[in-house]
Amino acid sequence: MKLKIKPATRRSFVTYAIVTAAFIAVEVAASLGRTSNMFIGLLIPFCVYSIAAVSLNLTVGILGELSLGQAGFMCIGAYSSAIFSCMTKDTITNALVRFPMALLVGGAFAAIFGVLIGIPVLRLRGDYLAIVTLAFGEIIKNVFAALYVGKDSRGLHFSLTSSGDLGLEPGGKMIINGALGISGIPKDSTFEIGFVVLMLTLVIIYNFINSRTGRAVMSIRDNRIAAESIGLNITKYKLITFGLTAFLAGIAGALFSHNLAILQASKFDYNLSILILVFVVLGGIGSVRGSVIAAVVLTYLPEVLRSINSYRMLIYSIVLIVMMIFTSNAKIRGFFAGNLMKLKAMFGKQTAAKEGE
Amino acid sequence: MGFLDNLINGISLGSIYAVIALGYTLVYGIAKMLNFAHGDVIMVGGYVIFTMMTTLHVNPYLSILISMAACTLLGITIEKIAYKPLRQATSLSVLITAIGVSYFLQNMALLIFGEKPVTFTSVINLPKITLFDGQIIIKSETTAAIIVSVLIVVGLSLFVNKTRSGRAMLAVSEDKDAAQLMGINVNRTISLTFAIGSGLAAVAGALLCSTYPVLSNTTGAMPGIKAFVAAVFGGIGSIPGAMIGGLLIGIIEILGRAYISPQLADAIVFAVLIIVLMVKPTGILGKKVSEKV
Repeated sequence: MKLKIKPATRRSFVTYAIVTAAFIAVEVAASLGRTSNMFIGLLIPFCVYSIAAVSLNLTVGILGELSLGQAGFMCIGAYSSAIFSCMTKDTITNALVRFPMALLVGGAFAAIFGVLIGIPVLRLRGDYLAIVTLAFGEIIKNVFAALYVGKDSRGLHFSLTSSGDLGLEPGGKMIINGALGISGIPKDSTFEIGFVVLMLTLVIIYNFINSRTGRAVMSIRDNRIAAESIGLNITKYKLITFGLTAFLAGIAGALFSHNLAILQASKFDYNLSILILVFVVLGGIGSVRGSVIAAVVLTYLPEVLRSINSYRMLIYSIVLIVMMIFTSNAKIRGFFAGNLMKLKAMFGKQTAAKEGE
Repeated sequence: MGFLDNLINGISLGSIYAVIALGYTLVYGIAKMLNFAHGDVIMVGGYVIFTMMTTLHVNPYLSILISMAACTLLGITIEKIAYKPLRQATSLSVLITAIGVSYFLQNMALLIFGEKPVTFTSVINLPKITLFDGQIIIKSETTAAIIVSVLIVVGLSLFVNKTRSGRAMLAVSEDKDAAQLMGINVNRTISLTFAIGSGLAAVAGALLCSTYPVLSNTTGAMPGIKAFVAAVFGGIGSIPGAMIGGLLIGIIEILGRAYISPQLADAIVFAVLIIVLMVKPTGILGKKVSEKV
């Protein structure tokens, strides 16, 4: 008897298998000493960008709304988790206990902000939503860059002007030093943890997409008015998706910050949001697997091109334009699709002939 | 610095934003695309003037004209190569392509002119205006920015409403297919829009670099974003809206920097945009589009 598997289930398991295989391959290569330092240094960014890309894919691909604020949510996740880690560094010494908590803190704060921002913002649509999410991302970045937080025996102190304003006691410790950011974050991120978090993210996202909620969200994307007329609460589903996107982006941010010695808000500018959007679009809007692959390939590409340093971003930009034209132009796509069909037909004949032998 | 000084600086910056915002608003209104590369065309314009004046010792005003010509050509080329094949594609694909073009221009400039910012010599040599016995001095750049932006807004409004090509632009922005049926060459109209927008970007580049005389390959990026914010603020697609939006954003930015917090000035600008869009989702002068079921 042939085992029947739903296409959706098959699709998700293929993705899990690809990611796991890639993980094992890297681990084996690393233990054999066949990986360069550059590659090792990229492993955690691979995970971070993959998580950020698949979570943005929820908003862009499944909800069908354009968000340019992903960096803002990553920023919140990065900062809140880094503060958490810096404060509990001395009390919880086991990194394996502390780091998952830090990740959850990062995700939770980002999700709270995601929902708070989502309530007013999701009333807007299209390019307006894009520019407002971009604006929120920039606000978050600027506020964190101007934020001073210190800790002493009387508790936490906040200031938006300067470190002197905090009025710290002599024994007090700076946690966030304005534009200089946070230093002394424990380096808890490892590739193994990154892999586990990425797998969990994929499980969450696949299950979300194939759930009742996920189908409701997709129906809103395909026809908002029809969805509303059958009684779906549009705002609720939009907020759930936006919140989940923010939550996962926050976790990606937390993973990111615990890989750095110094965390500065300036890293989370709109260019980062755009970079992640590029992963989503080039990977194929709505395709989870595509987002992961695009995130890895496009993070790797500029590093490979480092030997031709001054030209690498130029090449990257040309690749971007050419790929967009090739994948989006109806004529070119038709040309390739036609040839692909011909090839398939040719191979089909061959296999049919073989079977006949 | 008194309040009036800050206000004047705000108006000066706002006028520059207004000129950039006009380019955004035109292109968005007609091609319905967020042209992320617009800010970088400003930077290219700045570098063209810089090269003309510093290396080739050309007269400043002639340099501006050459820069306008170069940017117009650049705008048309970008449109032909990168955007035209995507006329039927989703707005997201076009957005990503525009981002690609933006990266391309930035990195091209990086290759040619290097990483180090250059000091820009002001192209404007008007006399300073001194008011109230020297209490308030209006720099020549400020005067120029205000005069130029007003001239451009008036000129552009006249062009769009009175000439055949301008009215064709209006028609295309209203309904592309219907315009085509009426015998309007849509592709040519879109090219014309890009040409005008990019020419304006060159003017904006001259004003921006004269007022803030540091020029690097990312000079155009942030003013570009803020000008887009200004265009949305004023109601995208509206020419007077771009002017009002630009002025308000400039004034809010400078006053916020002076009186609230220098680090938070950008955050304040964006916060105001969000509040405006919450209250009036189409911007100050934007038309309300009723939704068809």
